[in-house]
This record gives sequence, C-alpha cells and structure tokens, in this order.
Amino acid sequence: MRSKTFLSITGLVGLHLILLCAGFFAPYDPTAQDRELPYAPPTRMHFEDGYGFHFRPFVYAWTTSLDSDQIESYREDRTRRYPVHFFVSGSSYNLLGGYRTTLHLFDVESPGKILLFGADGYGRDEFSRVLFGGQISVAAGISATLIALLTGGLFGIVAGYFGRWVDEVLMGVTELFLSLPWLYFLLGVRAFLPLHLSTLRTFFLLTGVIGLIGWARPARLVRGLVLSSRHRNYVLAARGFGGSDFYLLRRHLLPEVSGLLLTQATLLVPRYIAAEVTLSFFGLGVNEPVPSWGNMLATLQQYNVLVSYGWLLAPACALVVTSVLYSSLADMFHSRLKSYST
Amino acid sequence: MSYIGRRLARAILLLVGVSALCFLFTEIAPGSFFDELRLNPQISPETISALRSHYGLDQPLLVRYAHWMKSALHADLGYSIAYNVPVAPLLWSRAKNTLLLTTTALVLTWMISVPLGVWTANRRGGLLDRMVSLTGSLLISIPEIVIAVALLAIAVRWRVLRVGGMMSADFESFSAWAKLQDLLLHLALPAFILVLSETAIIVRHVRASVLEVLGAPYVQAARGFGVSQTRLLFRHVLPVAANPAISLLGFSLAGLLSGSLMVEVICGWPGLGPLILEATLSRDLYLVIGGIMFSALFMVGGNLLADVMLLALDPRISREGTDAL
Repeated sequence: MRSKTFLSITGLVGLHLILLCAGFFAPYDPTAQDRELPYAPPTRMHFEDGYGFHFRPFVYAWTTSLDSDQIESYREDRTRRYPVHFFVSGSSYNLLGGYRTTLHLFDVESPGKILLFGADGYGRDEFSRVLFGGQISVAAGISATLIALLTGGLFGIVAGYFGRWVDEVLMGVTELFLSLPWLYFLLGVRAFLPLHLSTLRTFFLLTGVIGLIGWARPARLVRGLVLSSRHRNYVLAARGFGGSDFYLLRRHLLPEVSGLLLTQATLLVPRYIAAEVTLSFFGLGVNEPVPSWGNMLATLQQYNVLVSYGWLLAPACALVVTSVLYSSLADMFHSRLKSYST
Repeated sequence: MSYIGRRLARAILLLVGVSALCFLFTEIAPGSFFDELRLNPQISPETISALRSHYGLDQPLLVRYAHWMKSALHADLGYSIAYNVPVAPLLWSRAKNTLLLTTTALVLTWMISVPLGVWTANRRGGLLDRMVSLTGSLLISIPEIVIAVALLAIAVRWRVLRVGGMMSADFESFSAWAKLQDLLLHLALPAFILVLSETAIIVRHVRASVLEVLGAPYVQAARGFGVSQTRLLFRHVLPVAANPAISLLGFSLAGLLSGSLMVEVICGWPGLGPLILEATLSRDLYLVIGGIMFSALFMVGGNLLADVMLLALDPRISREGTDAL
C-alpha cells in the first residue's frame, strides 16, 4: 500500500516536471514541420551495426521508397549512422515560461531526425507534440479544477453555513447544473462563445467554461459537510464565545472541508483533462498548430489514419497514464479520509 | 400520488430553469451566427439586420424568451438558421437514433451489472470479485474518449463490426431480416463502448449497496432461520438493495447521454451528437438550445421513470410520502 502510494506520487511529480520542462525533454519545436516525413514511423534505436556494438545508441534516417504495390513506404537508410547526443543545443524555447535557452536533453546530428513516437501528417515530431500538448491539456485540467473547486467550495460553504433560503436557492441552481448531461452543456455554452481566438484566450475560455460547469458537485459535497459540522459542539462552543461568522468559517469549517476538496481535486483533474481533450478533439478547443492532446487525436477521426498510423495514438496513451496516476492518488486520499472518519 | 405530482412539478421547474439558463448565456455571449455573414461583402448590412429581425434576434432578452416559451409549449422550438427548417422535427429525427443507442446501452448495462454486482458482493474477495474490481477501477480511470478511439481502431483494423453511420449504403435493398442484422452490426460498436464505460461504474454501486444490505441484522436473522443463500439474495437482499441502485439509474443517464454524444460523433452514429456539434460549430442558436432542451428532457424523463419504479418497488415511499427521498 505504501509503496503504491509512493509510486503514484513519484509518477505524478515526474510527469508534471517533464511536462513543465517540455522544451528540454522534447528534441524539436512542436510546430516545426518536415514535408519530407509525413506519417514517418517511430525511429528505432540501434546499438549494433555491421561493425559491432556501440555503447552510444544511434539511429538511421528514414528514406521513402515505393514498394512492389506502388505504395510509399519508409525504409531505414543504413548508409549513415546518427549517434544520439545528450545535452545538445537545438531549437530555442522558453524554459518555465521565461528563460530562453536552446538546451535539449537529446538529439541527433542535423539531417538525421530522432522521432521517438513517429511523425504526424505534417512531419511534426509526435513526441515533442505529446510533451507540449500535455502542457496545455494538463494545465487546462488543473486550472479548470481550481475554478470549479473555488466557486463550488465558496457556494457550498455559504449554502451550508447560512442555510435557509440561501441554501435553497443555491442548491436549486446546482440541481439545474447537475440535471444536464455535462457534454451537452459544455457544447451548448461553447456554442455561444467565439470559435476562433488566440491560443491564450481559448485556453482561458475553455478552463472557465469547464470549471464553471463543474462547480455544482463540489458545492453539494461541501455544503453537506458544512451542514453536518456546523452543529458540532466545538463550533457551537466557539460561537458561544463570540466567534464571528468569518472566524468560524475560516478557523473551524474550512479545515474540515479542505480534505474533501483535495480528494475532489484529484478526482476532477483527470476528468477535466479529458474534457479539454474531448472539446479539442471536436475542434472546439485549442486550435492548430498549437498542440493539445485533443487536437492531436482529432487526426484519428479519419479512418485510414487510425488504421495505418498506430503511433498517433501516443497522446491517448499519455492521457491514460495521467488519468491512472491521478485516480490512484484519489483512491489513496479516499481510503485515508475514510479511515479518519471511522 | 402526490409523490409523483411533486416530482413532476420539480421536473417542469428544472426544464424551465434550463431554458432560462440557455437564454441567459446567449445574452452574455458575444457574437452570433451572423458574424460570419458580416464578413461576406456580397451581403449588405441591411440584409443581415433584416435576417436578425426575422429570427427575432434584435429583440430584448425577455421578449425573446417569452416568445420562445410560448411556442415551446406548442412543441415548436424555433427555426434553425443554418438548415432553414424548424428545429423540433430536425431534432426529433435524430433524437430517435440517440434514444435507440442509449436505451440499448442502458438495458445492456443493467442486465450485466446487476447480476455481476450481486454475485461479486456475495462472493466477496473471490477470484471474480477481484477481477471485476480491478478491471472496473482501470476502466473508470481511463477516459471514455480513449476507450472509444481505441475500440474504434480495433474495430476498423480487424473489420469485425460495421463502422460509420447507422446502416449500410444499400440498406433499402435488404430484406427485413438483413436490415435488422445490418442495424445491429452498426449499433454494436457504439453500444459496446457505452456499456463498457458505464458498467464499470454501476457494478461498483450495485456491489456496494448489496454488501451494505448483506450486513444488516435482518439478513443475519434470515440466515439464522435457515433461508437458502439464493432465496436470501433474491428475496430478502435485492429488493432493499434495489432502492439506491434505482436512484442511480436516473443519475447514470447523465453519464450515458454525455458519453453517447461523444461516441456518436466518433463512430458517426447519426444521433443528436453530430447534429449538436455541427450546430455548435456554426453557432446555430435555436438548434443548440433545442438540443440542450432535448437532452434535459431525456434526463428528466429518465429520472421520472426511476421515481415511478421506486414508488412501485419501495412501499415506504408511498406510505410516508413526505420525507422519503
């Protein structure tokens, strides 16, 4: 149990670090196209050539050739080796938002290319795109969660604490939000907002919409908890000693709620990442050429791409890894909360 | 009966609330369908303003809402701007397909999850229980869109099922039996995706509620009287455990409808999903509002159905009336 917890936390921290420093781990610019390499398959790592074993892995460049059925296919050009170098300079990028640098973890010499997850239809490196796309998708999930939890927590506390008509009105509104299938709702709200915007504005719009639709469930949970702990003896005692509403909320009810909010956060983040992916998949989210896991998966809507170029499922795999890590953390929080309360 | 009456009143209130919310959003949101037209130099501003007044978009919010409400009572949800036809028949023709898909998925989900949930609760910690809970937690943590895309990839690659649309191109020439077969083959993939992701959730809940009841004193007493395990499960436990499970039915409908929207788009099933998506992309105001209203209507209908079932199955509700649920 403990090792599992450790594993999932390490995994999550590692994942977020990698995504945060996407520019360093990605060998190429995510929008750099290579018209020579559309749908190039993943590059294979080699250690051995005709002359023996090399400790430094190397790759071969892809060349296109027509096979017997006149279909273009990729073959490795074995005439020249491209050893993989570490900590080399390549395209420039902004590390952590500000620091401009050209340092990359790995790359090969110039005409050669190292495409760990292959390339998409424009010959863009799928691996770099997964990393940069993950930056956007995961950031969207986290900010939408923050919005949902802040608004939900606020309204939940207010409804639970003040009760009566405030409670009734607020809970009526949450019921309204919960009574709609979220995806219909999401599309509906999205329909009334401009379609083509700059990436930054789209991002804020998306997170805002997802977060504002999701506030209802945390609000109900928080409200229930506040309602039940409002009449606990220590709260009543504090009130009897003259504690103000604000003091009671801050000192006694907020700590009560924080555990719940944390558990909700681990549950909501993967769900909202998936929501962003779904919207971008439908073409309602982040627009090309900026990558997000959703608009990368959108190319798979063409059946021939789906069948022939399996490596383009890489963003889906990344999404699964992220979700599984988050939900194992959520499981852990959940069982801990349970063991506290009993 | 007052129980059903109260539920009905609540449902209607919800529908009114949803429509009000929709109109509120249209008012807040910048831009409209005509923004694209405005960019076209061949269309004069007069034409656009004429169109705007034709669709009633130049009137204040409350007037528009009142108009819409009045016509909605006659099952008229306005006019689609992009398709240039009334919204309600257009939506209804697609909604039938969505209903077919979701009810199939719903029935299958419950037919699988109830026996599985009861069985795993009965044999707690057994091999099947552990397998089901492991697969379940995996399926829950994998986003639905990934499940859909992955299954679609498998289906397309191995050509096991018909993919895309609802019927083959030469559907009209088939015999009645072949038509049914064709329809089922097309239905299989989207329904399977939905069932897979829904079952994972429902089995959990059914198992939990059966487990809770299994620990109750009256079950122990019955066991002490020598009631056989099968009779205990089906006669004593299941009716009580059914109560939370049925409340879940209405709730699971929300997930199912959302899931079905996405699955419809991915698999090309001609339901409400692709229509709403197109309407969203072209900002076809009344069509979007109509679509949301339809989905809300399904939800409310499903919840009412669950309420009626609860009333029929749980005598406590009809007897006490006021404070149950």
